[in-house]
Amino acid sequence: MHNAPAISPLILFLASILTSNILLSNFLGTCSFISISKDWKSSFGLGLAVTLVIGLCAAISWIVLWFIVMPLGLEYLSFVIFIIVIAAVVQVLEMIIDRFSPALYLSLGIFLPLITVNCAVLGAVLFMQIRSYSFIQAVTFGFGSGAGWWLAIMLLAAIRKRTEGNPVPAGLKGTGITLVTIGFMAMAFLGFSGMIAVQ
Amino acid sequence: MKPSNAKIIKDGLWTNNPIFVQVLGICSTLAVTNNVRNTLIMIAGVTFATAFGSFTLSGIKGLLPRKVRMIIQVLVLSFYVILVDIVLRAYAPAISKQLGPYVGLIITNCILMGRAEAFAAANPPWASFIDGIANGLGYGVVLLAIAVVREFLGFGTLLGFRLAGDWFTPWTIMIMAPSAFFLVAMALWGSNSYNARAEARRKAAVAKAAPDRAAK
Repeated sequence: MHNAPAISPLILFLASILTSNILLSNFLGTCSFISISKDWKSSFGLGLAVTLVIGLCAAISWIVLWFIVMPLGLEYLSFVIFIIVIAAVVQVLEMIIDRFSPALYLSLGIFLPLITVNCAVLGAVLFMQIRSYSFIQAVTFGFGSGAGWWLAIMLLAAIRKRTEGNPVPAGLKGTGITLVTIGFMAMAFLGFSGMIAVQ
Repeated sequence: MKPSNAKIIKDGLWTNNPIFVQVLGICSTLAVTNNVRNTLIMIAGVTFATAFGSFTLSGIKGLLPRKVRMIIQVLVLSFYVILVDIVLRAYAPAISKQLGPYVGLIITNCILMGRAEAFAAANPPWASFIDGIANGLGYGVVLLAIAVVREFLGFGTLLGFRLAGDWFTPWTIMIMAPSAFFLVAMALWGSNSYNARAEARRKAAVAKAAPDRAAK
């Protein structure tokens, strides 16, 4: 059907968490990352929701892409189709969680609508299309990217908690110092890049 | 109250600059700022999609049922992004390949939805169109500045032309991800400090004109 790159799914999973972290090396999902990371608990909830949504969207988009879009020659519509898949997954997930676990819904519910326009989800799906991953690879890449985003936001939330009271130049307060912190985190993650090479 | 065109432009470029004030849309475009040419193309794409997206959404705002408004907004915006993608693929296939998924990611650039919600939903089409262009450019100017620094220090070139001589050692960090975060933070620092100083000056002037009122 197509030529998937020869990477074992396990390596791809680790690589998408550490070496090519979707946030720290691809800048995806920065908007909600900065605003939500103020709070540890919300970061946890949003991270969990993003991981679930990216994983599911990668799987479903893969099926839609290779069984509907490609055979019908609708590649030029793929952006719209992916957006619809993402919006639908988010909507259905919201309904399922609401039905089966009201407690989880209360903690996750407010984050789910935010995710439809989180660039990390569409980004992971587009990477999956461009790199023509196989189904297994797409799923591991999706969950790995989500887990990487989750790890990054938890780390940042923890750092922000510790550095809250530090004296920072007035002009750099708030978003500015957060961006500097993210920059240092990205530098730390660069240290992993020699480990596994996946692009 | 209808804002004048000049005010809309000034808001988008400075007073309410998408990056400095709203901190929106840095996700998808930061990734291409290690290269001035790619940055220019992304800016053009974002500006085009924001302007025409706002224009269209403002024109049909009366027809949208509230429940499905968001999804329709996203679909309209992605229509314009698809146009950008098709044009790039046809006329600049090499660049389109380099930009990879980032062209498609213009759809989820927060500026597009942000302007559609914050401005186009309450203003006539023409004003929304101008607002879209001003915001796209306000965003573009900042990104372009970052791209110039990153490409010059990272490769010693600008738009691919070699500017620095052989003595120049490229700063590898500049072509990698962390530098983009640092530079946005620096730009933010500069604009915040400038605004704080302007504010202090304004207050001082007020205090001078009416000492007893300012003391309160």
